[in-house]
Amino acid sequence: MATPHSCQTGGGTAVAGRESAGSAQASPAAPVLGKNGREVGADPAQVRMRHAALVRVTHWLITVSFLALLVTGVEILISHPRFYWGETGNVNTTPLFTLRIPSSRGTVPTGYGYVLPDQNGWSRYLHFESAWVAVLTGLAYLLFGFLEGHFRRNLLPVSSDLSPKGLARAIARHLRFRRPSEEEAWSYNVIQRVTYLLVIFVLFPMVIWTGLAMSPGFTSAVPSAVGILGGRQSARTLHFFVSGLLVLFLFVHVFMVFLAGFRSRVGAMITGRPAKGEERA
Amino acid sequence: MSGLSRRQLIVGGLATAAGASGLAVAAKLAARYGLIPPDSGVLYGAGETLTYAAQRLLTRHSLAREFASSQISQYPFANAVSRLGEEFQRLEKGAFEEWRLSVDGMAARPASFSVAQLRSFPWHSQITEIACEEGWSYVAEWKGVPLAHILDLVEPLPQVRYVVYQSFQRYWWDSIDMADALHPQTLVAYSMNGGELPVKFGGPLRLRVPRQLGYKSVKYITRLTLTENLKGFGKGLGSAAPEGGYAWYAGI
Repeated sequence: MATPHSCQTGGGTAVAGRESAGSAQASPAAPVLGKNGREVGADPAQVRMRHAALVRVTHWLITVSFLALLVTGVEILISHPRFYWGETGNVNTTPLFTLRIPSSRGTVPTGYGYVLPDQNGWSRYLHFESAWVAVLTGLAYLLFGFLEGHFRRNLLPVSSDLSPKGLARAIARHLRFRRPSEEEAWSYNVIQRVTYLLVIFVLFPMVIWTGLAMSPGFTSAVPSAVGILGGRQSARTLHFFVSGLLVLFLFVHVFMVFLAGFRSRVGAMITGRPAKGEERA
Repeated sequence: MSGLSRRQLIVGGLATAAGASGLAVAAKLAARYGLIPPDSGVLYGAGETLTYAAQRLLTRHSLAREFASSQISQYPFANAVSRLGEEFQRLEKGAFEEWRLSVDGMAARPASFSVAQLRSFPWHSQITEIACEEGWSYVAEWKGVPLAHILDLVEPLPQVRYVVYQSFQRYWWDSIDMADALHPQTLVAYSMNGGELPVKFGGPLRLRVPRQLGYKSVKYITRLTLTENLKGFGKGLGSAAPEGGYAWYAGI
């Protein structure tokens, strides 16, 4: 599309943008029908996609790896559900705070009369394997995002949306929990844009950084990675909180997908097109 | 089918072939430069191999963080130690005079050292953090003989690639590669915070590997074996840790 954020700048341009895309699709003089009855255009690139293939593939790879990181992260956490600040901390020192959950280690005073089974072995193996998947996928996504203009076009908010009035309007719309208009199926609103940028450029880098800051091997090569954070235990505590923010994002994100129409939004992230739309013949 | 052109097929085929042969070459090179961990064949071996290879490329000579003496933990935690048995108690009563650290395997001059002999060797001390995979940690001053010095004395054969170490607790053994074995901070430690190394912290002898998590710093070591290949030890995964589900490499 020619205008970036066409759906954000106002109803008029958004509709115009959509119409032009729609007509570009309907215009071929002799539409060819494929085996499944789908229209096969002369140039497949002309078919209007909601999400690029790379965005869809990386989205689901990140989804799977994030869920694995979350489950294994919780498993690792319950072997020591106490948090500290600074360089060191153990059961002989005062914690910053303690989670009131049972532990998988008998050495941790939890107040529960039982010890959960130890799951740290496979959890640690899978945690780091998933982290590799997430990091490599994230790198591919970043490369695509910058080179193909995905961030600039789809995620960078337009300045008019960032005005107090524009933001207030968008927030009010969200708080009413109303199903978004059809146009929003084709573009992100300002709150989505800001949130996604925060997740991509702040939360994910932070969770990777705080994770690496706990690695004695990595910090031997890059000591400042843990030094800046105030020590190993601070890094661990921050890792927990940043993960918490990512989980919060996950919940709100999934809730919003339900609100907007689960089938259409998830369908769009799988096939590239919203389930119901104007491009179907 | 108009979907895939001949050109796309050729380009795709070439890319796949290039990718596959690239991977094969990468695997060969990785094995040659010691970037494949012994537990690379387990369920999560792919991620483990990436971690080990990446850290070895990044950390071959790097030093674990050291701290000021003011940062030594007042309340270190020894972790639970399972029963050591009557034989250990007997040795402890004798002030560990009978304790021996034997060094065997691919060495030109295998040897056996008493704790007193080790204490007479050149020593190194460092204030480093010991961090458990569970999440807790403490900082302590460790003093001992650099493992590199002991290896010098026994003259390893050139093909040695790992040092296997055995605990007095028979089920507990581990191994490290030469990057860690020859590392200046890897110690056969006999002293902690200026005093004797307490039994619960691994006395009389503990291998301190500060660039890896606590479970690689095995307590009560009695034997070092130099080897080219870890296949003959236990299940061949390089340590008792992977046999219990834990990774051999614990730099992360």
